[in-house]
Amino acid sequence: MTRIVKLHEIAHGRSGDKGNRLNVSIIAYEERHWPILLKQVTAERVANLFAYRGVTEVRRYELPHLQALNFVIEDALEGGVNSSLAIDTHGKCLSYHVLGMEVLVEDEMAEGASPNADAQGVT
Amino acid sequence: MIQTTKEGALYRIGCGAGFSGDRIDAPQAVVAAIAAGGGGAIIFETLGERTLALGHIARRQDPSKGYEPRLKDLLEPILHVCISAGITIVGNFGQANPPAAAALIQQIADRLALGTLRIAIVSGDDLTDKVDLAVTERWEGDRRLPPIDGEIIAINAYIGALPIAEAIKVGAQVVVTGRVADPALALGPLLAHFGWDWTDLDRLAAGTLVGHLLECGSQVTGGFFADPGFKDVPDMADIGFPIAEVEADGSFVITKPEGTGGVVDLRTVKEQLLYEIHDPAAYLTPDVTLDITGVQLAQVGKDRVRVTGARGRPAPNTLKATIGYYGDWLGEAEISYAGPNALARAHLAVETITARLARRGLTLRHRADIIGAVSAFDNEGGHLSLGYTDAGSGDYRVRFAFGSACKRDVEHAVQEVNALYCCGPAGGGGVRQSVRPRVRTVSHLVPRHLVRPAFHFFGEES
Repeated sequence: MTRIVKLHEIAHGRSGDKGNRLNVSIIAYEERHWPILLKQVTAERVANLFAYRGVTEVRRYELPHLQALNFVIEDALEGGVNSSLAIDTHGKCLSYHVLGMEVLVEDEMAEGASPNADAQGVT
Repeated sequence: MIQTTKEGALYRIGCGAGFSGDRIDAPQAVVAAIAAGGGGAIIFETLGERTLALGHIARRQDPSKGYEPRLKDLLEPILHVCISAGITIVGNFGQANPPAAAALIQQIADRLALGTLRIAIVSGDDLTDKVDLAVTERWEGDRRLPPIDGEIIAINAYIGALPIAEAIKVGAQVVVTGRVADPALALGPLLAHFGWDWTDLDRLAAGTLVGHLLECGSQVTGGFFADPGFKDVPDMADIGFPIAEVEADGSFVITKPEGTGGVVDLRTVKEQLLYEIHDPAAYLTPDVTLDITGVQLAQVGKDRVRVTGARGRPAPNTLKATIGYYGDWLGEAEISYAGPNALARAHLAVETITARLARRGLTLRHRADIIGAVSAFDNEGGHLSLGYTDAGSGDYRVRFAFGSACKRDVEHAVQEVNALYCCGPAGGGGVRQSVRPRVRTVSHLVPRHLVRPAFHFFGEES
């Protein structure tokens, strides 16, 4: 049994800008969700998500020991911080655009996933 | 500097500001913690791409200005403790005018009866009028931006940690820089303290990683992170700024002062580790190419994350240089519509302004966002807003933005939004408006031989 959840339930992330280039990290809260990120949060899906902004290229980098993906999104910022007419010229809000993407999870995985638990668990 | 005890082998370096507008009272707890640990360094990163161009404009208008405007507020409360506890201060708060910043710091020291300080001034980043852009290459991330079409304000190269390290080795208590690569602010003091060799690329990488994690201040200790119910952060009003406890081999622990708010855990460190990173195997700096693909993180205590595994390869042959030039005028104006049928009234306001701009022949770039519907994610054409509907009632703020080289046209456009008070849809209120000039930036790659990083002490000849 699978269900559809927002990526935000199983992952967190941050966006950053340099010139007209945006990067968004997407990080699994729990190791067991890492395969979902790898399989479902593809460069192609992210490129489609931002197509309306005139994105020209998306590259995805995988960091398995951090269970994190890093997306480099070219030309997403409509000219960047000093020329765009947008409200959020830096694209600081845009990590949450990616986190709004829907993913399929096994039902028992979604339940009981409590991102705040064990946040300071000493390894 | 030979350290014999195990405790003494640890070097503490903290961050006092992650951007020009950062919390002014944050450095005090950081300095107190480093002082209790026996000294170290504190870095201030207050220089954005645009901030630097604004500094150059300020310096042209007044030769005694052009440095970080809040420098006095940042340093006055901590200078005494830093000097007495042996905490080296390193900051890019010199902006476009490091000598003037150094003069101000000495004035503060005089007022606090600290005597004459050894304040190093780093130079060499300012390439204005010194480089022919025609022979340089655009930085790849900016390749699709339009050509420079305004008067150039300044060109500054990102220089590395060498002059910072050399200045500290010969006794600098404060190092004032203009544009340097942000992580170099931390790598400099680490090179000076541990005496790492310039060919030891993994140590350069480790020090660069320390700087990368520290340079945005609280972004690694719970700032820019909280998401209630998912990522909770205690005491956001008193987030402790970060401190790295670095060992001679380059491994380090990220932590924060005891008793402060915020959190340091694997999640905060991962987010900052990837912040503004492109290829994680090749983070390019003037000092080293940093590879973070092998970085390991471990929570080793409450608010303590150990970081190991940075790897380095040789730095690129070119340096990134940012060109600031005069851009267009930006006008912004907002008006609210609330209650029944508010979305339809908001859309009518947008249509009305579009028609008024055409009628008055104002051929400027313009855009409207309906805040409360879709705004931050949308594009200039309003693509996402097209499909937005509500249940017939709402609370919306229409935000118009206008861009043009002609200030008067922008002022006219903004005035049209103000005129919606009487001539627009029913119940429009709360107009706010502004018109301001913009500085644009674009980055190029400059051959290293054109850049001559150096330092001298305040009060001595450069």
